[in-house]
Amino acid sequence: MSHDGHHSIVIPAPGPEFVPHTVAHHFDSPVQEFQSMKLGFWLFLATEILLFGGLFAAYFYFHEAFPETFRVGGAQLDWRLGAVNTTVLLVSSWTMAMGVRCAQTSQKQKTLMFCALTLVGAVAFMVIKFFEYKAKNDHGLVVFSELFSGYNEATGQLAWFKDYDGVMANVPHGHMFFAIYLTMTAIHGLHVVIGAGLIIWIMKGTAKGRFHAGYYLPVDLVGLYWHLVDLIWIFLFPLLYLVP
Amino acid sequence: MSTNVPVIDAHPTISEPPKNYLNCSRGFMSWAGTLDHKRIGIMYLIGVSAAFLAGGVFALLVRLHLWEPHGMLFTNETYNQIFTLHGAFMVFIFVIPAIPGSLGNMVLPLMLGAKDVALPRLNLLSFYLWCGGTLLATLAIVLGGFDTGWTFYAPYSLYTDQAVVSIGLGIFLLGFSSIFTGLNFIVTTHKLRAPGLTWFRMPLFVWAIYATAILQVLATPVLGITVLLVAFERLYNIGIFDPRLGGDPVLFEHFFWFYSHPAVYIMVLPAFGIISELVTVHSRKPLFGYKLMAFSALAIAIISFLVWGHHMFTSGQSTFAMFAFSFLTFFVAIPTAIKEFSWVATIWKGSIALNSPMLYTLAFLIIFAIGGLTGVILGALNVDLHLHDTYFVVAHFHYVMMGSIALAFFAGLHHWWPKMFGIMYDETLAKIACALIFIGFNATFIPQFIMGSQGMPRRYATYVPEFEGYHHASTIGAVILGSGVALMVYYLLASLLIRKPAMQNQWGGVTLDWLTPTPPPLENFATPPSVTTEVYDYSTLDYESLRTPVR
Repeated sequence: MSHDGHHSIVIPAPGPEFVPHTVAHHFDSPVQEFQSMKLGFWLFLATEILLFGGLFAAYFYFHEAFPETFRVGGAQLDWRLGAVNTTVLLVSSWTMAMGVRCAQTSQKQKTLMFCALTLVGAVAFMVIKFFEYKAKNDHGLVVFSELFSGYNEATGQLAWFKDYDGVMANVPHGHMFFAIYLTMTAIHGLHVVIGAGLIIWIMKGTAKGRFHAGYYLPVDLVGLYWHLVDLIWIFLFPLLYLVP
Repeated sequence: MSTNVPVIDAHPTISEPPKNYLNCSRGFMSWAGTLDHKRIGIMYLIGVSAAFLAGGVFALLVRLHLWEPHGMLFTNETYNQIFTLHGAFMVFIFVIPAIPGSLGNMVLPLMLGAKDVALPRLNLLSFYLWCGGTLLATLAIVLGGFDTGWTFYAPYSLYTDQAVVSIGLGIFLLGFSSIFTGLNFIVTTHKLRAPGLTWFRMPLFVWAIYATAILQVLATPVLGITVLLVAFERLYNIGIFDPRLGGDPVLFEHFFWFYSHPAVYIMVLPAFGIISELVTVHSRKPLFGYKLMAFSALAIAIISFLVWGHHMFTSGQSTFAMFAFSFLTFFVAIPTAIKEFSWVATIWKGSIALNSPMLYTLAFLIIFAIGGLTGVILGALNVDLHLHDTYFVVAHFHYVMMGSIALAFFAGLHHWWPKMFGIMYDETLAKIACALIFIGFNATFIPQFIMGSQGMPRRYATYVPEFEGYHHASTIGAVILGSGVALMVYYLLASLLIRKPAMQNQWGGVTLDWLTPTPPPLENFATPPSVTTEVYDYSTLDYESLRTPVR
């Protein structure tokens, strides 16, 4: 029951292990609700791409300005770990797509399983990322403990960029590659973590039987989000690890 | 536009007033937690009005300080902070969210015949993001202020010893507030139109808000990443804007203006929408060139993405880029001129009612013509090299932002005030206030055009004595303008106490927003409306509704 005596639209549950879905009061039909949410989410994804667009623009600008810095800097990254992470995310995109499909066909257990596998992918990605960051830290290319310790104008020394091995000694502004690498991958990593949180939320809802053939919208949207996180990495990996 | 909705409240005659969105529930949480677009609109209205008054006080302080060539009130550092606060509050906290947040929220779903916006929770989140952003900006004042100007140009914004991170994050939140509002309105316009309300039957306010929303969604994320990068510069010296570290401050300008020029149209397109509605209703005549008006709103939205370089004619960008940006700047004047001409043609031979919303509208038409044409002057490369960073630029964008957008906001506020609250303000005082604002505004900024053309640089705390007369005129104008605004605040607030009932259809509008009871019930329409006639068809006007007072 909503206001003025209008009855709400309820999508029945396909089985006893599921719960029915009530269409929000201001929509006239389930289709209208589904399409509105989906359009809104695609627009949100567009804003995410534009947000990263600024970072990509900065990447291209400085790649053009200091090509040597980017060549030598890129060579310090471990492309094998990057490739493994790319594979991990690609596979997790597949498991996510399967999870969405299973939600659409009211297969509760399978949805849970595929979401859990996606979650494993997210965690694996972050663990590998941690070891990559640790290697940069150990070589003094990104000293995390001194990240916020500033820049000494007198000595021209940037606290977080020590370059113990001197690999960047012969290129201009050696820190620039790592500043962009850190910023892009950290913001992407934040998206991975947010995506993992959303997947856990989806799993909770699935366990309660909220998502089924009649109503699987949140699973669908989180799936789209996860694909975007994957897609951005598909661009980050070659640009940072391979192109230089 | 006629509908199957009875114009007069369908409730039978009973002693207590009918239920509407204002009296349907009570208590703090019924407002703070509301999902109703009209209540969220009212909360925005209160918020942006407070921000406008704060920004206005800062403006008056700036003008008073400049009474004397060596500055009358503050140290130079404090002066820098005050004009920065004025700019940041007015641009980010008032002008950008003002019309979409308050009147857009209030009116757009009504005009579409919808029960609410498509994503009510996101709408409330937008409002709280606005609150959070405003809070951080205010916190920045406490944390030591900021003196970068509202544009935060690198490298100064990277080096200055002030609370740039706080205001930066505040603007990030305000940006997402704006994005979510725009996203909501796009979805609402696409999916929640009443049966029969085709795209070319939509009121032009909806078209304008829709075009604005496209800009909000596609331009604002770039501002988001720009202020984040400035924050990163200050936190861990990422270096891309910092010339000491190989970065390029001009890259910041590109990033900033890639958002902030479209942002000018995020600010002005809703104002165009309000004026489009008001010229037709108060002339009781269909809008001249309706389709051209709709397309010109979209054209402005698209072209505005491609003109940002005209803010950087002195930055050393390539000659070709300068030429292209200058050409595109002239080009955007075409759809804008279409609008101005169509408004004038709409009024021509109309049955003009010179009530206060219409007076504000006429003031807009005059001021916007000046604001727009001086923009074309500044778009010319050689002239801009002379006028760049002078009071001419300041006067130009105040003719657009204050004189046009704020006046359109006032016009819309006076137009929909009886719809929102079911009460009327004092029309005589409203006309006096409008005259004060119009006179005060021009008195403030015409001297600035002259000073600017003679070389008075913007943002300086002191000036050469030759300009003293112009500064006096400008400051006196600002005081007149301020008294007009103060009078407006007075009679609008007083109307809430006096409670003189408005008419069901105060001005004789025929769009759906005027065809629901005044004030609207919680879900807007007693029965879902459908549209069977073309937009602005005044032959369908029910004159009885103009004479029926709100109960």
